[in-house]
Amino acid sequence: MHSSENGVAASDLTLAAHGEIAVPTTAPVAAGVAAIWRQPLLLGAVLPILMIIFWDQAVRLSGTQLIPRPHAVALMLWDFVVGGIYDDAYSQTFHIHLWASVKRVYGGFFLAALCAIPLGLLIGRVRLMQMLFDPLLALLRPVPVTAWLPLSMIFFGLGPNAAIFLVFLGAFYPILLNTVLGVRSADQRLFEAAAMLGCNGSQQFRAVVLPAALPTIFTGLRIGLSFSWILIVVGEMTGVPTGLGAVIMDGRNLSRTDLVIAGMIIIGIAGFLSDRMVVALNNKLLAWSPQHRG
Amino acid sequence: MAAGTLPILDIRGLSKQFIAGGKAVDALANVDLMINKGEFVCLIGASGCGKSTLLRIIAGFESATAGTVAMYGAPIIGPGADRGVVFQDYALFPWLTVRDNICFGPRQRGLSIVHARAVGDAYMAMVGLTDYAQRFPAQLSGGMKQRVAIARVLANDADMLLMDEPFGALDALTREKLQEDLLEIWQRTGVTIIFVTHSVEEAVLLSDRVIVMSASPGRIAIDSPVPLVRPREVSAIDFNAVRRTLTQQLTSHVTSKQRGAADVIV
Repeated sequence: MHSSENGVAASDLTLAAHGEIAVPTTAPVAAGVAAIWRQPLLLGAVLPILMIIFWDQAVRLSGTQLIPRPHAVALMLWDFVVGGIYDDAYSQTFHIHLWASVKRVYGGFFLAALCAIPLGLLIGRVRLMQMLFDPLLALLRPVPVTAWLPLSMIFFGLGPNAAIFLVFLGAFYPILLNTVLGVRSADQRLFEAAAMLGCNGSQQFRAVVLPAALPTIFTGLRIGLSFSWILIVVGEMTGVPTGLGAVIMDGRNLSRTDLVIAGMIIIGIAGFLSDRMVVALNNKLLAWSPQHRG
Repeated sequence: MAAGTLPILDIRGLSKQFIAGGKAVDALANVDLMINKGEFVCLIGASGCGKSTLLRIIAGFESATAGTVAMYGAPIIGPGADRGVVFQDYALFPWLTVRDNICFGPRQRGLSIVHARAVGDAYMAMVGLTDYAQRFPAQLSGGMKQRVAIARVLANDADMLLMDEPFGALDALTREKLQEDLLEIWQRTGVTIIFVTHSVEEAVLLSDRVIVMSASPGRIAIDSPVPLVRPREVSAIDFNAVRRTLTQQLTSHVTSKQRGAADVIV
C-alpha cells in the first residue's frame, strides 16, 4: 500500500514536469474482503437483497394472502416472459406489452425533446421569447400532469395517443426548464469570444448556445425520461389493451398481485436501462467536461 | 523596434459613463489616443482607471457615451474579427479541442475544414501546441490555454490583438516564457498589440510605448515611448532606469489621487 502511493506520487511529478495534467490512476489492488465489498455493483446489490428478504419474511410472518412472496412473483415473471407455467392470457406476452410501452414512452419523449430543446434555447437567449412564454409556462407548470388525463382522453380518445400525450407533457417541462437554465448559466465570456471571432447573432445558437447548454440539457433529458416511464403507467391504465400500465391495471382488477408486482419490476428495469442509454450518450457527447460524467 | 507610421486606431474625445447605485460614474473622460500599425502599446494603471473599459470599447463589447473610435478610419460599431481579444480567463470553448478552438474563426468565415485546418495548424505550431491538438481546454495548464487563445485570434487574421491582463493569472516562469513568445510572434506577424497590465516591468519589457492611465475620471496621464533596444533584459541598467522613471511618474499620479496605489506592481 505504502509503496503504491509512492509510485503514484512519482508519476504525478513526471507528468507535471511535462506540463501536462496528471490523471491519477486509481484502484490499488488490495486483496481482502473489505476491498471486494467496495465494488460498486456488489455494494449496490446489498439493499435490494435486504429488501427482498424483508418482503419475504414480512409476508410469511403476517400470513397475509393479499401479497405474494418473492418466489411467486419470480414464477409470474418467468411465465410472463417465457411462458409454460400458468398458460393464461399473460403467458409469454411480455414482449408485446413492453414493445407497446416502449413505443409510447419514446414517442412522447422524443416529441417532447424535439419541441422543448429549441424552445428552451430561444427562451434562454432571446429576451422577447422569455417575456412571451414565461407567464404561460409558470401558470401551467404547477398543474400535475396526471390532472391532464381526463382532458387528454377527450382530445385523443381512448387509445395510445392519450398516453403519448401524457408522456409528452411529463417530459416536456424538465427538458424545457433545464435547457433554459443551461443557456442562462452559460459563461457570458464565451459569447464575447464568439463575437470577436466573427460569430454573431443566430450563428451563435449552434456554435455556442447549444454546446454550452448541453450538459444541463442532458440533466433535463434524464429527468424527462424517468417521468416518461412514470406517466406511461398512468396513461395506459385506461382504455388500452396492451402496455405495462395496462398489465398492472388488469392485475389489480383480477386481484393478481403477482402480476402487478411483476409489471412494477419490469418498468423499474426498463426505466433503469433507458437512463443508462442516455448516460452513455451523455458521456460520449460531453467527453470534454470531466464534471459532467453521469 | 521601428513601428510603422500608418495609424490603425484613432480615438477622439472618448467618454464612458456607468450608472452605479443611481450615480453616474465617469469610467473614461475625454480620451484621445492614436495607435500606429504594428505598434506594441501597453496600458497601465491602478484598478478603476478605465483601462479595461477602454479595451472593451475598442473590442466593440461596449459602446462609448461620447466620442469616436475608428479603425482604419471606419468607426467601430461592434465586435469584429479584425480585433482579436485575449481574455485573462482564456474564454476558450470547453467543448472544442485545441485544434478546433484555433480553427473556430476560420470556420466561421466559411473556410472549408481542410483549408481551416491548414491555417489553424500553422498557428498551433507557432504557439508550440501541435502535440496537444486533440486535447480539450480542461486538460491544459493555464499557460497552454493562453497559447490557444493567442493562436485562435491570429488564425482569424486579426490586425490587432487586444490583451486584457493576459498573463495575470499565470505563475512567474510561465509568464516569462509567454512574454518571450508573444514578442517573437509580434515580430514575426507584424500585428498591432494593445496590452493591459498591472506590472511596470511587463510594460517596459514588452512595449514600444507605455500609456499610464489614472482614475476618477479615467484618462490618459502619461503617454511615453520606451527608449530601449530589443531584445531587452530586465536586469540591465538602462532597463531599470526606464522602469524607475515610469514607476515614479506612476506613483506620483496615483498618490495624488489617493486611490488604488497598492494595485500597481513596480
